[in-house]
Amino acid sequence: MRELSLHILDIVQNSIEAGASEVILEINEDPDSDLFEMIIRDNGRGMTPEMVQGVTDPFVTTRTTRKVGLGIPLFHSAAEQAGGDLVVDSEVGKGTTIRANFSYKHIDRAPLGDMVGTILALLGSNPRMELVYRHRYKDKEFEFRTEDIRETLEDIEISHPMILGWIRNHLQDGLAEIYGGERE
Amino acid sequence: MKTLKELEELRKKAQESTRLREGDKGSKIVIGMGTCGIAAGAREVMAAVMDEINKRDIDDVVVTQTGCVGVCEQEPIVEVMRPGQEKVTYGRIDEEKARKIIAQHIANGQIVGDWVISTS
Repeated sequence: MRELSLHILDIVQNSIEAGASEVILEINEDPDSDLFEMIIRDNGRGMTPEMVQGVTDPFVTTRTTRKVGLGIPLFHSAAEQAGGDLVVDSEVGKGTTIRANFSYKHIDRAPLGDMVGTILALLGSNPRMELVYRHRYKDKEFEFRTEDIRETLEDIEISHPMILGWIRNHLQDGLAEIYGGERE
Repeated sequence: MKTLKELEELRKKAQESTRLREGDKGSKIVIGMGTCGIAAGAREVMAAVMDEINKRDIDDVVVTQTGCVGVCEQEPIVEVMRPGQEKVTYGRIDEEKARKIIAQHIANGQIVGDWVISTS
């Protein structure tokens, strides 16, 4: 994948397919300590220890149309090639947490890319999902929770184009603020 | 930061336009969002679809997603279902093609023949 934000989109699709109703996305960027960390937590059906053990192997999947599941292996190798690692923590009936870290300054670390696009794609096609998106850059933090806008929306879906337009602006403003003009 | 007050105004506008077209049967657009689709550009296709729908003020369309359907080499895949018509599956769609599908197929009911990979 060209961007780390595409891995996030892909991994959250797994969460949705695992029946998750809540997803927590965390990104921590700290160039000063050379850390780039991404955490994806869901409350889906989870995996057995055997599945977790095999999950970074491309020949493990629950899919039936194709025998090879590539999402986690791709994310794993993206982390490994950039001086980092990926850890999967899961419990049946509780959910799954995927934690990937990268060396911030590693030449092979893919750029984060379009996080706003990733979140809009997720919400646009999964309007009922509750999403928490927490993004830290150095000592600044931005947080967006779908929960906080549900009441205001009344009977209008979060996937309504006008609502997604508002979310797009809100996220862009929030990220611009934490980056403070330093990047993107 | 965008305020909740702005969001409330938008919600009211959305509710009004929803009321106007009650009883309509809408179309459905499905975008392949498996690993293969995402790697091939499905996120950008979905953004283009949503943007074009918004620009054209089409509000009786549901946009949703599916996982890998087994024809990864044809990704990004877009399926269009219009009421009373057969399902049309388009392959190797990019942002520009996605916009044309909205203009021609969704808005005017004309299938864009060149990019169809199957109908049912």
